[in-house]
Amino acid sequence: MKLKYESQSVAKLYFMAAIGLFVGQIIFGVILGLQYVWGDFLFPAIPFNVARMVHTNLLIVWLLFGFMGAAYYLVPEESQRELYSTKLAKILFWIFLIAGAAIVASYLLIPYARLAELTGNEYFPTMGREFLEQPTIGKVGIVVVALGFLFNIGMTILSGRKTVINMILLTGLAGLALFFLFAFYVPDNLVLDKYFWWFVVHLWVEGVWELILASLLAFVLIKVTGVDRELIEKWLYIIVAMALISGLIGTGHHFFYIGTPDYWLWLGSIFSALEPIPFFMLTLFAFNVVNKRRREHPNKAATLWALGTAVMSFLGAGVWGFLHTLAPVNYYTHGSQITAAHGHMAFYGAYVMVVLTIISYAMPIMRGRKANPMRAQVVEMWSFWLMTVGMVFITLFLTGAGILQVYLQRLTDTPLPFMVVQEKLAVFFWMREAAGLVFLIGLIIYVISFFVKGEEIEG
Amino acid sequence: MKETFTKGMARNIYYGGSLFFFLAFIGLTVDTVNKLPKTDNREAITEVVAFGKSVWEKNDCVGCHTLLGEGAYFAPELGNVYMRFGKSTEAIKAFIKSRPVDGIPGRRSMPQFNLTEEELEGLAQFLKYASGIDTHNWPPNIQG
Repeated sequence: MKLKYESQSVAKLYFMAAIGLFVGQIIFGVILGLQYVWGDFLFPAIPFNVARMVHTNLLIVWLLFGFMGAAYYLVPEESQRELYSTKLAKILFWIFLIAGAAIVASYLLIPYARLAELTGNEYFPTMGREFLEQPTIGKVGIVVVALGFLFNIGMTILSGRKTVINMILLTGLAGLALFFLFAFYVPDNLVLDKYFWWFVVHLWVEGVWELILASLLAFVLIKVTGVDRELIEKWLYIIVAMALISGLIGTGHHFFYIGTPDYWLWLGSIFSALEPIPFFMLTLFAFNVVNKRRREHPNKAATLWALGTAVMSFLGAGVWGFLHTLAPVNYYTHGSQITAAHGHMAFYGAYVMVVLTIISYAMPIMRGRKANPMRAQVVEMWSFWLMTVGMVFITLFLTGAGILQVYLQRLTDTPLPFMVVQEKLAVFFWMREAAGLVFLIGLIIYVISFFVKGEEIEG
Repeated sequence: MKETFTKGMARNIYYGGSLFFFLAFIGLTVDTVNKLPKTDNREAITEVVAFGKSVWEKNDCVGCHTLLGEGAYFAPELGNVYMRFGKSTEAIKAFIKSRPVDGIPGRRSMPQFNLTEEELEGLAQFLKYASGIDTHNWPPNIQG
């Protein structure tokens, strides 16, 4: 099977980089999990905060590689024309890869304070905020890459066929670039700082990224099920509408206890309680469409990833989000292991899995076949289950740790100090680490699945 | 979905709903920014506090600690550390200074950041300022 448009193949580079960085992210995840129970592991060479920056920044960078690769693959096909510039896509790839690698390497090689000095952070301070730790120059690089990417994608879409999928994807990507600009606003006032920090973090993962997620999933579902585009686009509109209707004011669930006005306790609780709805609809949508399929696509693994995304994003973002989103509950759970539990499953279920879905669908085609040999698919499906079950248990053990932490530190009549409580949680953290190792094994098997040979599938 | 519910209707809900709630969110943001002076303890933001915030950021403190519940969950909440340390900036400074370079065998330990006296004072004053923010009585108790 040949690609419909030659320029789509640039996505392959992006996907390979994404998977490579994913492996790095998980290795650091395992290190962090161990540091929770073996406090001086790798200390002082790689302190916890450094390993955590590497873990979270690699996640963001590889997901962005995944989104960009997905867009480069999907947009030409939807727009029915070649990419505006394949060359630009390749140049931006190398800039982003080198910049991303340099940022992560600098975390590991240079003390963070020294890195701030070397990059002139004092003249334009943007460093030292969670997830936005990149040196200012690195952030500028991200903006440049994002704008070049948007230009490339935008020019392709605007001069080609405009489908609901590529318009919603474009809106999501434009929003991603726009809201990142708040990363440059770092006022001295801590409350203002926190308020607008969420314009990047929340409006990304509970806002515009959901547009990207839904459009990527819709694309893959059209391809693997052959269901009528009209029906899929109708679902897509309603899902992203609900995501924004609930998620925009839903930002308020971060404005309970950071010095913001009272009304956010109500607004944040009510609107964020609606946030599971689009994820539930996504689940209904995926199963509905797969049940109505008009063809048996030979890529079973891609269909599994698509259904997995729908289910796990509902569980991780929807259910585990709702668990601690109401203000009276959040009063006790805010900033505890409950938050960590939710964060892990939500990121995996929604964004990791959707990128793996599109990779699973597109990579075989870019390698000249409609689907991978069945043997390779079986290996890939094993990796799906190992990673997914691993993540379910990471989440459950962190939830257990969180409940106990909340009780011992905040709810009981004789609250215990943070560090005392942490020691009592050790058994949960050990079990989480074991689940993390299962995840890592799943990931290794995932990588291996790309090299498994077997009988070619007709298609 | 039924045929009576058309794609056009779905599109209108998307554009109309998103635009409405986006504008509402901007409106609420303007209102919040106007109301913040009542709760955000801004009168306590001196040059020393602002410098302290830059020390906080430059050393990536949020990579282990939470501040008003946001950050990493590896080390104690610091939004109320000023209260927990008996309203003593000196106690905060002494703690930061005392961290062993090579850590504590088998246990979590804060790195030794070798901060200057000026940086220590700024950081402690910054944490004191943070403890004065009206957070609706969060955290629930002194342990954070």
